[in-house]
Amino acid sequence: MDLKTSERATAALQPPPAAPTAPSVSNGHPPAADPDSTDQPLIWIDADARGAGLGLRELWAYRELLYFLTWRDIKIRYKQTALGAAWAIIQPLFAMLLFTLFFGRLARIESDGIPYPVFAYAGLLPWTFFANALTNSGNSLVGSTSLITKVYFPRMIIPAAAVAAGLLDFIIAFAILIPLLVYYDVTLTWRVIMLPVFVLLTTLLALGVGMWLSALNVKYRDVRYALPFIVQLWLFASPVIYPLSIVPEGWRWVFALNPVTGIIEGFRASLFGKNFDWTTIAISTVLTVAALICSTYAFRRVEESFADIV
Amino acid sequence: MKPIIRVENLGKLYRIGAQQGHTSLRDALAGVVGAPFKRLRSSSSGGGGRADEIWALRDVNFEVAPGARLGIIGRNGAGKSTLLKILSRITKPTTGRVALRGRVGSLLEVGTGFHSELTGRENVYLNGAILGMRRDEIARKFDEIVAFAETEQFLDTPVKRYSSGMTVRLAFAVAAHLEPEILIIDEVLAVGDIAFQKKCLGKMNDIAREGRTVLFVSHDLSAVNALCDTSLLMHDGSIVMTGATRDVSAHYLDRSNKLYSPVTWAKFSDSQNAEIELNAASVVQGGAATSAVDCRAPFEIRLEYQNRQAVRGARFFIIIRNAKGDVIFSTSDYDALTGEAAERRAGRFTSVVSVPGDLLRTGSYYGTVGADIKNERIIFVENDILHFDVFESGDDTLAERHKRPGLIAPVLAWEIQAAGAKPSSDT
Repeated sequence: MDLKTSERATAALQPPPAAPTAPSVSNGHPPAADPDSTDQPLIWIDADARGAGLGLRELWAYRELLYFLTWRDIKIRYKQTALGAAWAIIQPLFAMLLFTLFFGRLARIESDGIPYPVFAYAGLLPWTFFANALTNSGNSLVGSTSLITKVYFPRMIIPAAAVAAGLLDFIIAFAILIPLLVYYDVTLTWRVIMLPVFVLLTTLLALGVGMWLSALNVKYRDVRYALPFIVQLWLFASPVIYPLSIVPEGWRWVFALNPVTGIIEGFRASLFGKNFDWTTIAISTVLTVAALICSTYAFRRVEESFADIV
Repeated sequence: MKPIIRVENLGKLYRIGAQQGHTSLRDALAGVVGAPFKRLRSSSSGGGGRADEIWALRDVNFEVAPGARLGIIGRNGAGKSTLLKILSRITKPTTGRVALRGRVGSLLEVGTGFHSELTGRENVYLNGAILGMRRDEIARKFDEIVAFAETEQFLDTPVKRYSSGMTVRLAFAVAAHLEPEILIIDEVLAVGDIAFQKKCLGKMNDIAREGRTVLFVSHDLSAVNALCDTSLLMHDGSIVMTGATRDVSAHYLDRSNKLYSPVTWAKFSDSQNAEIELNAASVVQGGAATSAVDCRAPFEIRLEYQNRQAVRGARFFIIIRNAKGDVIFSTSDYDALTGEAAERRAGRFTSVVSVPGDLLRTGSYYGTVGADIKNERIIFVENDILHFDVFESGDDTLAERHKRPGLIAPVLAWEIQAAGAKPSSDT
């Protein structure tokens, strides 16, 4: 008989080759070696093990799933909406028109000598991407109950795919920026090469915060209701529709503690050829990386309980 | 040969109540206040005896040799699915550990991640990736998958336009082409037509013959018998028997073993304060309370209750639903219209309804029990308090009716006559 049961007879089983503190998952997805030829178990599932490390190796092994989930999010969104890709443009464009009317024309807010419409759009572009990525990833785990309770994979892929799917919208909305730059006669300088860096920072920040919120959302559904509110407050707390320069000198350091500040200011500086405020950018970068690492650790610690709670 | 799966002292504790499940921030704040005391309490009780804790799995030990096909049998709530979820790494065990010497592919549901807006082709890729296949692997097997599912001409049609049978075929086809060393399958053959089920069983046999290890859970004992040489019988979170599938399933079906604790409840929430208190609800077949009902024989549903006062005009109703939630039938003791039903004096009573055999399809059923007064009010409703599985006791041609479309599978009287001949009863 190829199967034997031993009631509580663990003594009969040889001691495990791995220490009890070994990570619960030593390896994930890659094609397994022939099970007969390996002495070490490929996978350990241990009640006493905690999710240790950042789990980057396993994440890499599952990169194709990240690709497919991102692709799915994009496909479904464009298939289910009548306007499809147009939504990617409508959102920042109408926000720009609205803010131009109220802040540019009526309140006559300073915009660092740049025409207000293009100034606002250059801020709203990364902001819209950030806000949508944050909202979508924050709600992503709760919306993927069937996946979480039926299949195993690193759960981080779900919020990551939600952020990645927003990148396409960003690229589409970016296309509108080009005629705006031409129309308002903005000449690009060498500083534009820094643009991808700020896009990357936006993505990482959205991932860091979104991932943490998504895990929190599994346990506390309050997050779903708090998210739109947080996003709205965050918009006004960041120099998106106004320049940092209108903030009194003594208060700027407070604004710099908001990682979005350095990113948006940097994004605009690289487009309009202004001098980079390296201190603010450095603070934003450090905060973004810190947020990403902390939230990855936090996520890893709770991810194994998602299937029981969600 | 080293076992490909080794399970040691595996246990899974579920907490029911507010701490488990999604809470709101308010509860969490309240929880923080009470937390130190709670920790004290649970450590003194050894994490065991609390009323809001349930060991879904306890002290489970077993080993599986590479290439084995292991069936897991047991009634609902026996811990089968919890075991598979732990082995699939979906949920974490509370105690013990598992060593797996191979890549695990698990199929706990057909079509996980299928999206109705996507086309058949897109879903094959998506579902394949979700189940752990690589893109080039899916591309390589794509034609084979589609041929297996017999859905070639609908590849570029959104799945929402598929019939449910087609969706299932496509989903299973993807899963059947997984190539892990360990394949875990839970209850997925319960769907689809009989021809396709046979094809799936054949495919799984091939998988096992290639030296892969298969763990298989199904309510359909004949499928377990066909596929698995050995089986585990689980009951209340523990393994009660291991051996040849034939012996294990015989033991499972043998009612004298009392593997099924009588399906009786002591307290019900909704009826506790009503004029009528429901004390017990059970499914009875062959004189014993059970949760496994042979579809060939009649069975009874018994309701024991206490009328705290005379409740004139009260009537009990039972609504039976299948696992999908479709109402199969509903019935009421109002139909009996005896003096007792009309008067409802105070005291303890039992209402029994007999359900004929050869009526229900195999599968899981849930029963909602309630009482009301016609055109007046509802006295109480207890949702889904009854739970039983209907199985087919034989595997002869009559069993085929469970695969036909329809909510029920009655055996009806057919007569076949030659044209112009007089009906006769003795041929």
